[in-house]
Amino acid sequence: MSGLLVTGLGVVAPTGVGAEAHWAALLAEQPAIGPIEGFDTSPYGVSLAGQIPGFDPAEHVAPQLMVQTDRWTWTSLAAATLAAQDAAYEPPEDAYATSVFLASGSGGNEFSQHEIQGLWAKGPKSVGAYQSIAWFYAASTGQISIRDGYKGPSGVVVTEGAGGLDSIGWARRVTRRGTPAVLVGGTEAGICPYALLCQATSGRLSTATRPEDAYKPFDRRANGHVIGEGGAILLVEEPSAARARGASKVWGEVAGYGATHDAHHHEDPAPDATQYARAIRLSLADAGVAPEDVDLVVADAAGTPELDALELQALAAVFGGRATPVPVTAPSSWTGRLMAGGSALNVATALLAMRDGIVPGIAHLDDPVDAPGVDLVRHPRVQDLSTVVVVARGFGGFNSSIVLRRHTGEM
Amino acid sequence: MTAGQRRVVVTGIGVLAPGSIGREGFWDMITAGRTATRRISFFDPSRFRSQVAAEVHFDPRALGLTANEVFRNDRFVQMAMIAADEAVADSGLTFGAGGALDAPDPDRVGVTLGTAVGATMRLENEYVQVSDSGTHWLVDPRYATGFLHQALVPSCGATELAVRFAAHGPASVVSTGCTSGIDAVGYGSQLIEDGDADVVIAGASDAPISPISMACFDTIRATTANNADPEHASKPFDARRDGFVMGEGAAVLVLEELEHARRRDADIYCEVSGYANRCNAFHMTGLRPDGIEMAEAIRLALEQSRVDPDEVGYVNAHGSGTKQNDRHETAAVKRSLGDTARRVTMSSIKSMIGHSLGAIGSIEIAATALAVQRGLVPPTANYEVPDPECDLDYVPNVAREQKVDVAISVGSGFGGFQSAIVLAHPERRMP
Repeated sequence: MSGLLVTGLGVVAPTGVGAEAHWAALLAEQPAIGPIEGFDTSPYGVSLAGQIPGFDPAEHVAPQLMVQTDRWTWTSLAAATLAAQDAAYEPPEDAYATSVFLASGSGGNEFSQHEIQGLWAKGPKSVGAYQSIAWFYAASTGQISIRDGYKGPSGVVVTEGAGGLDSIGWARRVTRRGTPAVLVGGTEAGICPYALLCQATSGRLSTATRPEDAYKPFDRRANGHVIGEGGAILLVEEPSAARARGASKVWGEVAGYGATHDAHHHEDPAPDATQYARAIRLSLADAGVAPEDVDLVVADAAGTPELDALELQALAAVFGGRATPVPVTAPSSWTGRLMAGGSALNVATALLAMRDGIVPGIAHLDDPVDAPGVDLVRHPRVQDLSTVVVVARGFGGFNSSIVLRRHTGEM
Repeated sequence: MTAGQRRVVVTGIGVLAPGSIGREGFWDMITAGRTATRRISFFDPSRFRSQVAAEVHFDPRALGLTANEVFRNDRFVQMAMIAADEAVADSGLTFGAGGALDAPDPDRVGVTLGTAVGATMRLENEYVQVSDSGTHWLVDPRYATGFLHQALVPSCGATELAVRFAAHGPASVVSTGCTSGIDAVGYGSQLIEDGDADVVIAGASDAPISPISMACFDTIRATTANNADPEHASKPFDARRDGFVMGEGAAVLVLEELEHARRRDADIYCEVSGYANRCNAFHMTGLRPDGIEMAEAIRLALEQSRVDPDEVGYVNAHGSGTKQNDRHETAAVKRSLGDTARRVTMSSIKSMIGHSLGAIGSIEIAATALAVQRGLVPPTANYEVPDPECDLDYVPNVAREQKVDVAISVGSGFGGFQSAIVLAHPERRMP
């Protein structure tokens, strides 16, 4: 049985707006992490983030919609449009045939901070009419459904950083039950004072002030991560429906998915990576793929020594028996971690890599840690890619894995 | 649904709802027609348009949480944990061990927790501290407590339940606004149907009785302004209705694959035989009066259940008590059930416990499951003046004995989400 086909990519990321801009920046090894603009970050001990350069929401969102929505939703609306355009997707006559099933992480942060600020400074009447629809975690999904007229079974999943992959997992349940096309993925916008403070309390953010010192996954000087904004929305379609509408482009096939939870501690990861490895094995079994057949792993790359070591342990457990080490890359090292948007963006990046047969490298990997059985990719590399595994973790112990396969069938 | 598909049953229920503690207290209250809507006590509501809410008065320590669990978690997570403890105890399952009929393999246990607004109460309380009551946009980290990352991202609720019950299967928070509580149970059922879990701890929780949540519904006049008579402020389907009453609470169900439940001879409340969700793609808060998309969700959920509309006996309504909702929903039930709409009973427990946003869907599923199990349908309280546009049997004010083979619970929410879930009596479905 053939899996869902990815037929459209919509990328709005620190590396660029549009899949090709993002991909070109990755291959050119252009860092997208820089000093936080817009407010003074000195109280927070965190000064860097991946911000989207030149993102003008007015180019993507109608003025009356812009005032009702947070920056997070602007990036979602833009990414959804880009995905549909990339797929040349015309909404079918049956409005129920398209779903929006996104991952969400932190909601409409900056909008909400303004409203709570006004409430406490000036009183309840200062709260505007749009707070109730701009902040909540389903805002972007609802707005895309309304703007684009999609009436299929829509949903919102929150599993922190694993969300982008889990939205694809849920999309498979949606298509199994008869809805042929689903917008998946998600974006995030948490670079405002309160959301930054909240994220900083995780203790996992780098306090370095130079990008080359800050987010260094798998490096001996790894010291935390840098946050970023944006993400990716993808259109996935049931193969016969894609064929029936004459879809001309297929990025790849979602061949397998697996998800587990550490169920170990409310914030610390399990010390043995057993459940992380199991999620990867579940996705491989689901796809009918052996570890030997995997050409590349796109890592979660948490960027703390402990979490990186656990990820390498999980990868070694699954891929350690291979004759050759499994290539592993971490494109988030260029953008920062985009929470729910990050794992969705990694899926887009994996499909771009598959198309061109080029693996992007890991940023600022100067002095790699020991990684038995794993081949950490330091610079862009030409390599034929048929099967790519994307893995992700969410704060608190969520583990997810997706197997992407090059689409070989005819359309 | 295809033949031979794995089927899902409810084997445990836990509830923490306004005006009561625990499942049986909740059931006694709603079947007695008592209301828990009162003037807000959590903060001084005098500057707010709507000053009424249905609060849960509970002591988390007395209900089994440790000091650390209370300290690190927002109220919505605390309520979810308490409801989950009751549901798990009720199910007779033992979690974490595996290897016995009543001890499922931990790798095969999942969690789906719904919430509309997550840890909004904690986020607001902390904001007041770090911004000095809204004085500083550049918030001061010196006044922040820990656990704000968890507050920011509500997946912490699913993590707490997964850790609590050693559930190593798929876990997620479902956040589709006011349909979250139905969708969380629907997704949990799909996990079992699709073979990804044998047992799922599924439910929802919300704690939105805080200034920012009250204020944001004030400005759009979605909540009641009937502050003079809080106990009768929630009036679903009544011509005098003027908005919903904010509520809070949690309900958690233990969902179990039918054969798994049968092998251990478990007591079964009901089968979750169908679930569907549709979007109206119309407006974030507005509803067209025709109810087409909700009717479509109901039709599909019945189709999955392989149930004809005329077999439906009870509809647990969304019944929020806003002008537009109750009309919309009445139209949807007529459109989907046809002539049967005239015969079914249809009630809104929001008349008694208010509208707890994402949580209410699971609380209403709990009420529906108990109604199916016990042959007693809870009433719509405060129903006195009929509305010509709402002309079905809303079970006014007094519970009614009724053998229910098939029941539907529906929900509608901001974003245009419309959800329906079908519960069937075990004897009807399992000869």
